[in-house]
Amino acid sequence: MTYGLKPLGREQLWMWLMLVPTMIGLAFGTIGSLLATLGLSFFNWDLITPPVWAGLSNYTALFQNKDYIEAFVNTLKFSALYVPAVVGISLVLAVMLNRKLRGVEVFRTVYFLPTVTSAVATALVWNMIYGKDTGILNWILEGAGLPPICWLCTDHAMMSVVIVNVWGAIGEGMIIFLAGLTAIPRDYYEASALDGASSLQQFFTVTVPLITPSIFFQTLISAINAFQAYDYIYMLTRRGQGDSTVPVAVYSIYRNAFHFFRMGGASAQAIQLAVLVAIFMGIMFWWERHYVVYE
Amino acid sequence: MTRSYQKHLVDMLLYAVLILGALSMLGPFLWMISVSFREPAAQFSRNIIPHPFTLQPYVDLFQSLPNHAFAYLTFNSFKLSILTVIGQVLTCAMAAFVFAVVKFKGRDLLFALLLATLVIPTQVSLIPNFIIFKYLHLIGTQWPLILPAFWGGAFGTFLLRQYFLTIPRDLIDAARMDGASLFDIFWRVYLPLSKPAVAALSIFVFKDAWNDLLHPLVYLPTDMQKTTLTVGLAFFQQQLQMGGKFTVLMAGAFLSIVPLLIIFFIAQRQFIEGIALSGVRR
Repeated sequence: MTYGLKPLGREQLWMWLMLVPTMIGLAFGTIGSLLATLGLSFFNWDLITPPVWAGLSNYTALFQNKDYIEAFVNTLKFSALYVPAVVGISLVLAVMLNRKLRGVEVFRTVYFLPTVTSAVATALVWNMIYGKDTGILNWILEGAGLPPICWLCTDHAMMSVVIVNVWGAIGEGMIIFLAGLTAIPRDYYEASALDGASSLQQFFTVTVPLITPSIFFQTLISAINAFQAYDYIYMLTRRGQGDSTVPVAVYSIYRNAFHFFRMGGASAQAIQLAVLVAIFMGIMFWWERHYVVYE
Repeated sequence: MTRSYQKHLVDMLLYAVLILGALSMLGPFLWMISVSFREPAAQFSRNIIPHPFTLQPYVDLFQSLPNHAFAYLTFNSFKLSILTVIGQVLTCAMAAFVFAVVKFKGRDLLFALLLATLVIPTQVSLIPNFIIFKYLHLIGTQWPLILPAFWGGAFGTFLLRQYFLTIPRDLIDAARMDGASLFDIFWRVYLPLSKPAVAALSIFVFKDAWNDLLHPLVYLPTDMQKTTLTVGLAFFQQQLQMGGKFTVLMAGAFLSIVPLLIIFFIAQRQFIEGIALSGVRR
């Protein structure tokens, strides 16, 4: 980037004034808070009595706290189920909708709808759908002669929560993939058709390799969302005292910070989550360098 | 001949899969609407057509929740979402303009730093921000939701900068000839020319603010006159389910998504372009 306007005289001041809000955001909202959270994680502080130096004890406590280990494992489980489902389903959906079919626009709109509407509102109806005696899903099972499932009880809650989160996310993934698909030149498909490739073969030999940038992007976004998934889980599984049937890491952080006011412990958890995101991104970027093809 | 026959078969199969998928996407919305027009006695009926059909749940929503709670919640959601849009569009556009147009030392580094913040989890900033707002005695007021809207953001700045970069540079030179200042060029040339991008960003920001659960939950008291629709609905969920009033709850849920549905159907293109734009690297 070599172009650019040189600010003249007093414009230098104007230029920085226009950047002031963003600078405040960096200082208080993002970079500053990251450092502050890191700092807080070395103290014990309940916001009432003065903070007490805690060294690394908040971190070592993480590995001994059974509840937190459970929450952390749940986050990993949730992500392992959610990310492949979102990426896979939305890719297949985009491929199906990326052709001249009558009514394609209608389908795109319908699949996109849950992305627009709030998780809170749709979770309210999902809660009814998952009802044990009065829910639609169990009526369908009953109709098929199968025993009813207690969708939101401990045994099945993880699966149920993943289903709703995937339902709410594939619309956005579909759009990302459709944008990527339209960029693939038609000739590639024509050439492989001349070689006698079937649609399925074309999908794996032309589409997938050429859409790796979108797959990369969507996997990254889905994973970041998965590590922070909250709204549906809160709405579908919450119990008293900020507890949940599917406690995930984020849940544990809020509970510690805003129910029990353990600022240090919650900060250590938040930092651990940030490290998890960073490690995952590191792996993804390594993968990108080796496998993602940019034209 | 066989080839076209095969193609028809594939199309049929495709339609079948797509329709089945579409039903599972739409189903929850249809059920929500259906239940919201039912008598309490029929709330668990398996018939999707409400019989008898009634508007009573909507009347109850406004009349039987204490102190006009639903009207307040709706007003607060609108107020906070609109303020967030104004703050984000204004501050992100200013920064995006500087990053796209002005050349200064450290620009690329600063921009890279801003972009890096995209991946900092919300939870990380929430704790220190809560502490700051607590010391400013602002917890329990709406300020912790309004102020951060006015300190820019990586997503909006990135999106608008991408658009600003496509505006021909000759326009700057022409404006310069006419003696326009830096801010004039931003306000009179770039902003008016960027309506599609500004529209896309506004819709996104509105949607996120309207649907936000976490921040109002942390910062606002569970006082129905001060909090937003999302928190209000979550609060009434327990109360109304306990009282067996699923019809009223569904009426509330449906009304709370109507504004977004309207915006979505009017501005579907901007919505979808915005997402596609965010997914385009370089």
